[in-house]
Amino acid sequence: MSKNKEFVKFDKVDKSYDGKVLVVKDLNLNIAEGEFVTMLGPSGSGKTTCLMMLAGFETPTNGEIYLNSNPISNIPPHKRGIGMVFQNYALFPHMTVYENLAFPLRVRKISKDEIDKKVDKVLSMVSLSGFEKRMPGQLSGGQQQRVAVARSLVFDPQLVLMDEPLGALDKNLRESMQYEIKHIHESIGVTVVYVTHDQGEALTMSNRIAVFNDGKVQQLSSPDKLYEEPVNSFVAEFIGENNTFSGEVTDFSKDKCKVKLTSGNEILANPIAIKSKGEKTRVSLRPERAIIDPDSKMENKFKGKIEEVIYHGDHTRVRLNLLENKEFILKVPNSSARMDIKVGNQLNVGWNSFDARALDPK
Amino acid sequence: MSKETKQILSTDGIPLEESLKKAEKKNKIKAFLLVCPLLLFLIITYVFPIGEMLFRSVDDKMVTNMLPKTYKAMENWDGKDLPEEDVFKAFYLDYKILVEAKRHGRLATQLNYEKNGFKSILKKLARKQKNFEEGNYKEQIMKVHKRWGQVDYWRAIKRRAPAYTYAKYLKGVDMYENEDGKIVQVPENRRIHKLLWMRTLNIALGVTILCFFMAYPIAHLLATLPMKYSNLLMICVLLPFWTSLLVRTASWMILLQQQGIVNDFIVWIGLVSDDNRPEMMYNKTGTFVAMTQILLPFMVLPLYSVMKTISPSLMRAGKSLGATPAIAFFKVYFPLTIPGIGAGCLLVFILAIGYYITPALVGGASGTLISNQIAYHMKETLDWSFASAMGLMLLAGVLAIYWLYNKLVGVDNIKLG
Repeated sequence: MSKNKEFVKFDKVDKSYDGKVLVVKDLNLNIAEGEFVTMLGPSGSGKTTCLMMLAGFETPTNGEIYLNSNPISNIPPHKRGIGMVFQNYALFPHMTVYENLAFPLRVRKISKDEIDKKVDKVLSMVSLSGFEKRMPGQLSGGQQQRVAVARSLVFDPQLVLMDEPLGALDKNLRESMQYEIKHIHESIGVTVVYVTHDQGEALTMSNRIAVFNDGKVQQLSSPDKLYEEPVNSFVAEFIGENNTFSGEVTDFSKDKCKVKLTSGNEILANPIAIKSKGEKTRVSLRPERAIIDPDSKMENKFKGKIEEVIYHGDHTRVRLNLLENKEFILKVPNSSARMDIKVGNQLNVGWNSFDARALDPK
Repeated sequence: MSKETKQILSTDGIPLEESLKKAEKKNKIKAFLLVCPLLLFLIITYVFPIGEMLFRSVDDKMVTNMLPKTYKAMENWDGKDLPEEDVFKAFYLDYKILVEAKRHGRLATQLNYEKNGFKSILKKLARKQKNFEEGNYKEQIMKVHKRWGQVDYWRAIKRRAPAYTYAKYLKGVDMYENEDGKIVQVPENRRIHKLLWMRTLNIALGVTILCFFMAYPIAHLLATLPMKYSNLLMICVLLPFWTSLLVRTASWMILLQQQGIVNDFIVWIGLVSDDNRPEMMYNKTGTFVAMTQILLPFMVLPLYSVMKTISPSLMRAGKSLGATPAIAFFKVYFPLTIPGIGAGCLLVFILAIGYYITPALVGGASGTLISNQIAYHMKETLDWSFASAMGLMLLAGVLAIYWLYNKLVGVDNIKLG
C-alpha cells in the first residue's frame, strides 16, 4: 500500500474573519499519510484557524483544502470523518465515559456488540479500562485528556486533529502524555495534525513542524533541522535560545561572510539569507555553540565581562556583555573545573563561523 | 472502636472538635448579627402577616364568640326538629346584647354566607325584639318571620358552632357540607371556582410552554452572539423590566383591541372584513398574549445563564464525531440546558399561576383567573377568610408542583444563574 504524500493538502488558502485582515495568507502545506505534523506558533499566528478549516468549523476565504485528494470545502464537519481533540477536552459532561466513547459509534449506527468491543479496545489503549461508568467530572485532568484522545480515535478516523490538547495539564503530566500520544500515533499509524505553542512539545512529538507566524508558514521541517538550521530570524528566535548580533555585511563569499557590528567589531558568519554585500543582517548563534577559552583555530574569538550567573542545576547560565550585546548567553556544564565564573570576571569566548547564521534583519 | 481512639486533641489538649467550635463561634455570631435585621424584617413583614392571613381561612371564632349562650344551649339539640325553648331564649339574649352594642350587622353577614335569607329576618328580629315580653321566646321569635320556624336556619346557626372550619376550602372547590353533614358539590350552574382553577392552570401551562418555545432561541442567540450584539439583544430582553407593568399591559390593549393597530392591519391587508374584526382583547387570547410577553424575560434569563456556561466546543465535538447538527443538538446541547429549562419553566409557571394585574385588565370575563377571584373577595365581598383559603390552596398547588418537579428532575438541577 503506497502512502499518499499529499494526504492533506492546503492549496493557496487564505482566511479572513472581517474582510480587512488576513489571518492565514496563501497557505500551501502538504501532509503525508501517517505523519505527525505540528503547527507551532505564537497565539494569533493562524495555526488554530488552519486546524478549524481542516475540521470544517471555518471555511477558507480563498483556496481549497484536499483530504485524500478530494476537495472538502463543501463537506460539513460531521461528514468529514476527522477525529478531533479539543483544548478543553470537550467531553460531554452528562454522559459516562462509555457513552462519550460510544457517541461517534452510535451516530454511525454500529451494532451494540461492535461498540462494546471498540470501546474496550480504545480504553485499554489509553490504559483506562474499568472507567466506563465514571462521569467526566469524576476524572482527573490527565484522565479526561486520555478519554478525549480515545474518543477521537474510537471510530477509526484516518486523520486526527489535536488543538493544544495538553495546555491545561501540569508539567509532569504533560510530558508523560506527550510520550503516550506519540506512542499511540506510532502504534496505529494515524495521521495527526497537532497544534501547540509549546516548542518543547513540538520538538519531542513531531515528524515535521510547521512554524507559523503572521498567517504564514515560516519553516516546515523536521525538529532537528528546525533547531539547527532555522531559515529566518523569527524561527531562530522562536525555537530555543539564541544569541543575536545585528550588523551589515562587508564581505561576502560562498560559505562565509564578514559582518560589521554596530560596536565596530567584525565577525565571520555563515551566509544563509545573504545575497550581496552591504545588506543588513542579524547573526544568530545558539548558546551551546559558543565555547569558553577557544583554541586558536576558532574564527571568532572575543572577550566578554560576566554580568550575571544563573544556576540551573545541571548547568549554569552565564550572561555576558560581549561586543556590546549585554544579553549574550553562555551555557556552562556544571563541573568543579570552572571556579572563575563570577560576576565581573572576564571570559574568552569563541565560535565557528559555520554556527553563526547570518539571517534576515527582520 | 472505643471513643478515646477516635477523639483527636489539639496541641493544648482540648478536643479538636471543641476548639474548632470555639474558634468558629465568633464568626457565627458575627454572621448572625449581620443577617439579623433582614430576619426580623422578614418575620415582621412577611411571616407574621401572611401567617395571620392564612389563619383567617380556618378561623371561625367570630360567630362562636357572638352567640355563646346559644351554642351552649344547642349542645343538647339533635338538629332534627326545631330546637326547644331554651335555645330560643339563649339566642334572644345573645342577640339582644349584640343589638345593643350595634354589632348585629356582622352576625347577619356571617350567617348570610351560611344560608341566604338570614340578613332580612335578623334585621326584622332586631327591630321587633325591643317589644318582646318575658317568657315563651320560641313563639315570639317565630312570629317575627315564618323562616324562624324553619329548622334549616337553626341548623345553619349550629354549623357555625366550631371555632375552626374547613368550609371555606370546600367552597373553594365548589363543595359544601349540606344539612346532613355530607360533603357535596354545589349545583352545576354555580360551579364557578372549579372553572377558574382549571382556567388558571390552563393559562399558566400555556404561557409557560409559549414562553419556553420563544425564549429558547433568544437565549441561545444571546449566549452565542459576539458581545457587541448580545449586549444590545440583552437590553431588548430587559427593556420590558424597565417599563411599568401597567404601561406594558395598556399598550397591549392599544394593539389588540377591536379598533386597535393589529386589527386595523389585518383588515387593511384584507385578511378579515371590517365588520368582522376578531376579538383579541378582554378574553383568553388577550391574557395569553400579554402574559407571555410579560413573563418572557423570566424564561430567557435562567436559560441564558445556563447556555452561557456550555462550551461551544461541545457542539463542535459532537459534529466532529459524526453527529448531524440536529443529533448533536438533541444529544449534547439540549440535555445540558435542562437545568435552565427547569428553572425557567418553574419560575414562569409559578408567576403565571398567581398573576393578577394583566388578567384583571385584559382578561375580560373569559380571561380572569383565580387571583382575580381572590382579589374580588378581598375588596368587594370582604370575605377575607375565603380569599385567604383560596390563597392557601394556590400556595399548596405551587408547592405540589415544586414537589413533582423535584421528583421528576431534581431541584439540585435548577440553575438560576
